[in-house]
Amino acid sequence: MASIQYREIDGRSGAFYALLGALGILILAGLGGAWTMEHQGHYVTGMSNRIVWGMPHVFAIFLIVAASGALNVASIASVFGRDLYKPLARLSGLLALTLLTGGLAVLVLDLGRSDRLIVAMTHYNFKSIFAWNIFLYTGFFAVVALYLWTMFERRMNGYSKPAGLFAFLWRLVLTTGTGSIFGFLVAREPYNSALLAPLFIVMSFSFGLAIFVLVLMAACRWSGRVLGDVVLSRLGNLLGVFVATVLYFVAVYHLTNLYVARQHEVERFILLDGGAYTALFWLGQVLLGSLVPLALLLGRVSSRSRWAVGLAALCVIAGGLAQLYVTIIGGQAYPQLMFPDKYVASSFFDGVVAAYAPSLPEVALGAGGVALALALTAVALKVLPFLPHSLADGDVNPTAA
Amino acid sequence: MNPERREFLGWGVAAAAGAALAPGLRLIELVQARSPQEAASALQRWGLLIDITKCADCEVCVTACREENGWTGQGRTATDPQWIRKVNLRDKRTGYAQTLPLMCQHCEHPPCVDVCPTGASFKRDDGIVLVDKHICIGCRYCVMACPYGARSFVHETVSGQKADVPRGKGTVESCTLCVHRVDRGETPACVEACNRDGGKAMVFGDLNDSSAEIHHRLRTEPSSQVRPDLALNTGVRYQGL
Amino acid sequence: MGQMVRLAGAVLAVMLTVAGFADAGESRAQRVALPVVKIEKGAACVAPTEEMRRDHSEMLLHQRERTVHQGLREPRFSLKNCVDCHASRETGSVLGKEGFCSSCHSYAAVSIDCFECHTPLRQSGAAVVSR
Repeated sequence: MASIQYREIDGRSGAFYALLGALGILILAGLGGAWTMEHQGHYVTGMSNRIVWGMPHVFAIFLIVAASGALNVASIASVFGRDLYKPLARLSGLLALTLLTGGLAVLVLDLGRSDRLIVAMTHYNFKSIFAWNIFLYTGFFAVVALYLWTMFERRMNGYSKPAGLFAFLWRLVLTTGTGSIFGFLVAREPYNSALLAPLFIVMSFSFGLAIFVLVLMAACRWSGRVLGDVVLSRLGNLLGVFVATVLYFVAVYHLTNLYVARQHEVERFILLDGGAYTALFWLGQVLLGSLVPLALLLGRVSSRSRWAVGLAALCVIAGGLAQLYVTIIGGQAYPQLMFPDKYVASSFFDGVVAAYAPSLPEVALGAGGVALALALTAVALKVLPFLPHSLADGDVNPTAA
Repeated sequence: MNPERREFLGWGVAAAAGAALAPGLRLIELVQARSPQEAASALQRWGLLIDITKCADCEVCVTACREENGWTGQGRTATDPQWIRKVNLRDKRTGYAQTLPLMCQHCEHPPCVDVCPTGASFKRDDGIVLVDKHICIGCRYCVMACPYGARSFVHETVSGQKADVPRGKGTVESCTLCVHRVDRGETPACVEACNRDGGKAMVFGDLNDSSAEIHHRLRTEPSSQVRPDLALNTGVRYQGL
Repeated sequence: MGQMVRLAGAVLAVMLTVAGFADAGESRAQRVALPVVKIEKGAACVAPTEEMRRDHSEMLLHQRERTVHQGLREPRFSLKNCVDCHASRETGSVLGKEGFCSSCHSYAAVSIDCFECHTPLRQSGAAVVSR
């Protein structure tokens, strides 16, 4: 097989600068939202003492989970030796870094005391999974950067397999840690579950690949590169498998809960009478996020158009955001059960489903994080050769996959 | 036995006796108010006992806490902090109604302390669970983790703080068991107010001190924790739940 | 090339000289008010002035750890005591116009975090504890 040629994108067209400009406006809006929240206090947001993690966290956790999943393609190439994915490995590593940057930026800017980031990086409580996550996230940057270096530097190419393996294991621990942030909360019925860590792992596969596919399609189309059907359909198949896996884990989670009498009320809330949360679960997460993509992706290869893959990826992303909204915000809205078999009422909103409505500063901050990730990706593609010269059917090696 | 060995044994017995007695000697000292130069000690464990059968429609404890600690709020109920609140219960089947004050339970194994990334949420040696607001980054993970919803996030700029109770925007706070009063040898404001103006439902004291009223009552009368299934060994106990 | 270096050096020398003259003397524009340190209470501080000026930030960091985590509340070293003594006679605060803390800190452009949470006001009827 001829060695793969990589090239930077041109990045000098008006459209490229317009893209950066648009993303820049979103980033500024995000910074504005963060400034408002920091300066006035969080009362300007929809978050409250009952719902302390809101839209920023939905976006941030989506980006962080997707970041670890975006590395999958590179892992399949380096760790599992599938040559078909090798040309995609560099972009995969880049997206892992930029998505994580966007997610962490949102998380840090939402802190009540963002100015104490240094404190967060020098004072550690090692019993806290959150503290471990801080290590895992910052370490992820170093690990993926190292991995990318082994891919870029010809003399280090031989080390890309061990570096890839290390990165793969690191991101499994990282995503397990992210899921455990919720899984370790004993006092909340929607969370207290060991299933959350592996659920987050498969979510990362699905969301990360969906974003990867969209970025790849856009980057190839806008830089005039050929993206052949072989690569695209292979990625589409893989995305379908991941979406099915997520659906399976969600089903197991809810079915198990339905068996536990103590969890009946919370299942009723999510599945039946939770209002917006129920709608987002069934229409957003299940229908749009799982069933529609499965229908689009797992049909016969020859009858599937290229647009189907892109549309499916979009649906997966929308469904993923809905899933995280239900998980994070719905999980907090549901009242904590302190007094079994009693109706509870208080001035602090005990015993009732807490109200939450996303506010402009929150959504701006979250969107700003997404824009930051995409802007960094666009700039990086221009500065370094991340994209292969061609992904046409004749130029890739499908047999080894 | 030669004289040196006898002497050695004598000193050994004296030392052993001293080591055995010393903790007891410490205990007697600590029953009185701790002096400001003394650190909080693990030999004490502060606790509250609340007999909710004596709790009527009264909110004296809430008002007193608000006054003492200065968390008056801005009239925005969703985001205003509440260090203590009255919770009204009604049995789903029998309709039996009760009310109780709920605040930080000062658990022996606090989930909020486990999850805090910087260690700002911590348990002092004498059992009081506090937030070190110097290192709190305002991530609100402890608010998520608390089984009792005891923690509040400060959503707005604070001014006019009480001198003994610093509090500020962007950090998390909760009932401190009036640590500034306890360290002076007084009782929390809620307990004082309840005993003065309320139903006399609250008892404060050192759970480890066998001469304390709270210790005696817990040993001789039934009491319970909120969410005993979590095995947190709370410092706040209730009667009549 | 050598000529460029010499020219750059000459320009730099001229700039520094002008800057030096510009900064000297009372006639320079007072953009930031020089600190006003008013000691209104006659008793001495808890440590010598030079030590306080140099080390007060470290002392504060050390003491807050002792107070919050260990419950050690020596009255001399409490922030309340500092404020009670150093608060301005007029405003009753250590912040604001000619406030003891803010005066030096705004001049040195070192922002302080303390009074986000701690009250900067003297408590009436407080007994000041010095050494």
